[in-house]
Amino acid sequence: MNTQAVVCNQVLKSFGAGEDEVKVLRGVDLTVPLGEMTFLVGPSGCGKTTLLSVIAGLLNPTGGDLHVLGTALHQLKSSKAVEFRRENLGFVFQQFNLLPALTAAENAAVPLLAANWPLKKAVEKAKTLLDELGLGSRVNARPNQLSGVQQQRVAFARALIHDPKLIVCDEPTSALDEHTGHYVMELLRKIAVRPERAVLVVTHDNRIYNFADRIAHMNDGLVTHVEQNGGMN
Amino acid sequence: MRFIAWQMLTGDKAKYLGLIFAIAFSTFLMSHQVSIFCGLMNRTAAQIDDIVDAKIWVMDAKTQYLDEVKALTDQDLFRIRGVEGVEWAVPLFKGTSRAKAPDGRFRGIILMGLDDASLIGMPRRIIKGNIDALQEPETIAIDQVGYKFFFPNEPVTIHRTLDLNDHTVRIVAVVDSNAPFVNLPVFYTRYSQAISFVGRERNQMSFVLAKAKQGIADAELNRRITAATGLKSLTANELGWETIWYYIKNTGIPINFGITVVIALIVGTVVAGQTFYLFTIENLKQFGALKAIGVSDLRIVGMILMQALIVGAIGYGIGISMTAAFFEAFQSNLDLRGFRMLPEIMQGTAAVVFFIVILASAFSVRKVIVLEPAVVFRG
Repeated sequence: MNTQAVVCNQVLKSFGAGEDEVKVLRGVDLTVPLGEMTFLVGPSGCGKTTLLSVIAGLLNPTGGDLHVLGTALHQLKSSKAVEFRRENLGFVFQQFNLLPALTAAENAAVPLLAANWPLKKAVEKAKTLLDELGLGSRVNARPNQLSGVQQQRVAFARALIHDPKLIVCDEPTSALDEHTGHYVMELLRKIAVRPERAVLVVTHDNRIYNFADRIAHMNDGLVTHVEQNGGMN
Repeated sequence: MRFIAWQMLTGDKAKYLGLIFAIAFSTFLMSHQVSIFCGLMNRTAAQIDDIVDAKIWVMDAKTQYLDEVKALTDQDLFRIRGVEGVEWAVPLFKGTSRAKAPDGRFRGIILMGLDDASLIGMPRRIIKGNIDALQEPETIAIDQVGYKFFFPNEPVTIHRTLDLNDHTVRIVAVVDSNAPFVNLPVFYTRYSQAISFVGRERNQMSFVLAKAKQGIADAELNRRITAATGLKSLTANELGWETIWYYIKNTGIPINFGITVVIALIVGTVVAGQTFYLFTIENLKQFGALKAIGVSDLRIVGMILMQALIVGAIGYGIGISMTAAFFEAFQSNLDLRGFRMLPEIMQGTAAVVFFIVILASAFSVRKVIVLEPAVVFRG
């Protein structure tokens, strides 16, 4: 059985060409195991977000070898890659990116709607999940009626509702104070980490490093070293 | 995803209503102005439409349109009657004169002189009176607009008199006729009476109206008449279109209306396009998130097109209803009779609105298609 959610071998990514070429990833080697929460940390501009985008199939690597859940994602046709993301990946964005016109439950149900679930059934499942996340009384509120933490919980629900095998989170605590950040990470660990699932978090918030099972340090387009952390255990 | 598209569209009320207003305004302007234009052009052929008995109109070979004729001779009439396939042929006088009411109000009028024996060419709808009384001397039938002008706010009665070129003529019938282009009152009388009313010229016959014998096609009869007499012979429909095209080619009317319609088209496209584009730009991060989550480009294009088509359908519905309401409201106004919205105008406007919304959404679609989903990871 494959125990690695992500395997990167000498992954390259550059933007532009010729003299204007900017090499952002310069040969990344990284593995993200299933059943763990892995943090990708490093200074601004080191390539964390680019690596996350490549792993999530939102950008194609310029070179190297990349397998996500045993699939060479960058070798898939565009339509297959979209399908792969829809079925296997959950996203938590820095700005939450909730649709302002939808209620909390409808926002959480978006991945199911994208997978052609009937609206009513999808929203019902979303309500159940939001209830488990402590938002049962706010399922019909729109994002502008929710606090930052509540929006974050809706974003978690959206990332989890279709039971993906890999969850990618971009700076989940950057807009939160320390106390709230800890609460959010506790919640994420509790609901997201499963033996058959990996969670990859990009952050430069060192206040939450102790929530990681392992921490991959990046600098100048490379993963310089990976440390085991224990993940609050 | 249709649900999400609908919610995104209606979530921003200001832009949603702005889009609908732009389409509705554009639809109203286009359908209304084209309807008025068509109504106006139809009026140029009103007298042709009024004469339902005759399908063939014969005139001088150089005649360009209905209102400018060179008189035919009695000899022409006899020659036409002699053409093989002619069932009957009767003279028609169409001219202008001036009439005066007993209270002194006067107005130019259109005088139609119909065949003495058959009265072929008389409008079918008689509002009051009896057209057989036209056989009596110094009598006329008048259209209801003319009657309202000469006897305003008075009930429609017959046997009232008017002064027509120093002749005291008696109204024996009030008829309903199509509004002419210049909206003048229309008088109908016998051919011989009409000649006496307007004074003698050597020739007075404006047209010859004819009918083909059974089994002879109108086009064939036209060909035979022209071959036999050298005169121009057209069906009523052909003469109607020749008249309409004369006005289109020789007046500024189509340019005037055309400018309004083009402005409506441009305003509709630009306003709707710009608003729709802004709407998409503001939702770009949301579209990016959807793409990242696993919604395909095709489905997002479908969402945008659905939004555009909803806005187009609602805007079109409102705009076309406004136009319909306008013509409904003025239906009883005699001066505006004949102006109405034709089904072809509704269909044509729908096609143009469809073009507008597709064009308006095209730029938005392009923006979303080229959008990298990775944009969602950029703060």
